[in-house]
Amino acid sequence: MSAVQEALPAIRGSRDAIVRRFALTDAIFHGMTRAAAILVLVLLGGVAISLFAGSWQALSTFGFSFLTSESWNPVTEKFGALAPIYGTIITSAIAILIAVPLGIGIAIFLTELCPRPLRRPIGMAVELLAGIPSIIYGIWGLFVLAPFLQTTVQPFIIGVFHGIPGLGSLFAGPPYGIGLLTSSLILAIMVLPFITSITKDVFDTVPPVLKESAYGIGCTTWEVTRRVVIPYTRIGIMGGVMLGLGRALGETMAVTFVIGNAHRISTSLFAPATTISATIANEFTEAVGDLYTSSLVALGLILFVITFLILAIARYMLMRIDARTGA
Amino acid sequence: MSTATSLHQSRKRKNAVMMTLCVTAAGIGLAWLALILGALVYKGAAGLSLDVFTQMTPPPGDAGGLLNAIYGSVVMTIIAVIVGTPIGVLAGTYMAEYGRFSRLTTVVRFINDILLSAPSIIIGLFVYELMVRPMGHFSAIAGAVALTILVIPVVVRTTEDMLNLVPNALREAGTAIGAPRWVVIKSVAYRAALSGIVTGILLSIARISGETAPLLFTALNNQFWSSNLNAPMASLPVTIFQFALSPYEEWQQLAWTGALIITLTVLALSIVARSLTGRREDK
Repeated sequence: MSAVQEALPAIRGSRDAIVRRFALTDAIFHGMTRAAAILVLVLLGGVAISLFAGSWQALSTFGFSFLTSESWNPVTEKFGALAPIYGTIITSAIAILIAVPLGIGIAIFLTELCPRPLRRPIGMAVELLAGIPSIIYGIWGLFVLAPFLQTTVQPFIIGVFHGIPGLGSLFAGPPYGIGLLTSSLILAIMVLPFITSITKDVFDTVPPVLKESAYGIGCTTWEVTRRVVIPYTRIGIMGGVMLGLGRALGETMAVTFVIGNAHRISTSLFAPATTISATIANEFTEAVGDLYTSSLVALGLILFVITFLILAIARYMLMRIDARTGA
Repeated sequence: MSTATSLHQSRKRKNAVMMTLCVTAAGIGLAWLALILGALVYKGAAGLSLDVFTQMTPPPGDAGGLLNAIYGSVVMTIIAVIVGTPIGVLAGTYMAEYGRFSRLTTVVRFINDILLSAPSIIIGLFVYELMVRPMGHFSAIAGAVALTILVIPVVVRTTEDMLNLVPNALREAGTAIGAPRWVVIKSVAYRAALSGIVTGILLSIARISGETAPLLFTALNNQFWSSNLNAPMASLPVTIFQFALSPYEEWQQLAWTGALIITLTVLALSIVARSLTGRREDK
C-alpha cells in the first residue's frame, strides 16, 4: 500500500510527460496540415501576383487599348489582345452550343433509356474519356478532322451558302481545314464527357419519388425529364455547363493544333484565327524583347481572370445543389 | 373523346421524337469518341516497335525512338508526385480532420476547386515567372514544379472526400481508448481511407502524364539524352507537339505512337484507380 503511494508521483510524472509529448506531436501535426492547406491559397495568390507583375510592362505601355486593339505586331512592338479574346470566346461559345444538347441528350439516355447492364460501362467510358489528354484530341484534329473538313464538308457548305447575305460571309473564304470551326468542333468533343458526366450525376440526385409520382399521373418519359428532372437539377446543369465552358476557354493544346494562329478577326468561321492560350503556346518561347513577353503574360492574365470568374460561378452553382442533396 | 385521344397521341409522338433524339445524341457522342480512339490505335500501332523505347528522338528524316522523351516524362512525373502528394494529403487532412468546421477549410476548398480546373498554361506562365526568369534558363526542375502544382489540387480533393467518408464512430472509438488526435488520424482515418487516397494519387499521375502546356516554357524540350535536372529536358507530350507539327513523316509517325502510349497509360491508370474505389463501394 505504502509502496504504491510512494510510486504514485513518479507514475503521475511520467503520465504527464507522455500527455505533454502527445499534445506536442499533435500540435506539430496540426500545424503541418494547416500550413499545407494555406499553401493551396498561397499558390493561387502567387499565380495572380506573378501574372500581374509579369504583365505590368505591357499593361502600363498600352493601357486600356490593350483590350481593344486588334494589332499584334512584334516588329513595331504594337500589341493588342482583341483578336485572341475574340477567337477564345467564339470557339468556346460554339463548342458549348454543340456540346450542351449532346451532353444532356446522352445524360437522359443514360439515366432513363439505357438498358441497365449497359449503364455502368457507358457511364464509365464517358468518365474515362474525360481524362484523355488534350494533345490527343489536337493530333486527331490536325491529321484526321481538318483534312476531312477541308476536302469534303467545307467546299460543300461554301457552295451552299455562297451569295446568301449574312450566312455567306459566315462561311466565306477558301477551305483551309483549320480555323475557328474546326477548333470549335474539337473543343466540343473535349468538353462533351465533362458536361455529360456532371449532368448524369445531378440527374441521379433527383429523388425517385418525384419521378415516380410524375409517372404515376401518366407523364411520358420526356415530360418527366422536361418538367421534373430538368427543373430540379437546373442549377447543377448550369454549373456543369460553366465548368465545361471554363475548360473550353483555357484549353490550349487541342486548339493550338487546328486554329491556324492568325491574329485577325474574321467573320468567316472557316478562317484561321487564334485564341489566348494558342497564342501563348505558339509564341512564348520565340518572343524576343521584354514588351513582347510581357504582352503574352498579359494575355495569360486576361485568360486567368475570365476563367476564374467562370469557374467561381460554376463551383458556386454546384455547391448549391450539393447543399440541397446533403440536407 | 377524340380530342383526348389526339392529345394522348401527340404527347406520345413528342415523347418518341425526343427520346429518339437522345439516343441519337448518345450514338453521335460515342461514335465520335470511337472514331478518335480508332484513328489513334490505327495510326499509333503502325509505328509501335521496340525501337520506340530504346532509341533517342531522331533528327528529321531519320528513324528513331522516344526514349529520352519517355525518360523525361517519367522523371518529372515522379518528382511532381513525390513533392505534391505529401502536401496534398496534409492539406486534405486539415480540411477533413482538424479544420472540418473552420472557415479556412471553406475558402481552401473553393480555391482548390478553382486550381483544379484552372487552365494549365497559366500554371506554366506562373512557373516561368517564378523560376525560369530568375534562373535565366529553362530546366527540368521548373517543369517538375509546374506538374507539382497540378498534382496538389487533385490529391487535396480526393483526400478530403475520402477522409470525409470515414465513419465518425471509428474516430470516436480511437479517441475513447485515449489515442491523441494524430494517432487517430494516422492509424484509423488514413488506414480506412487508404485506397481512396491512392486513387487520388493515380488520378493525379493520369492528369499530369499528358499535360503539355505547362511544360512548353518550363522544361522546354531536348533533342538529346539529358538527366541534368538543371537543364531543359524532353517530355513525351512536348515531343508529340513538336513532331506532329513538323513536315517530316518519321516525326509525325512518332507523334502518333507517342500519343498512343500516353493514352494507354492514362486509361490504364484511370481504370486501376477506379477499380480501387469501386471495390470499396461494393463492400
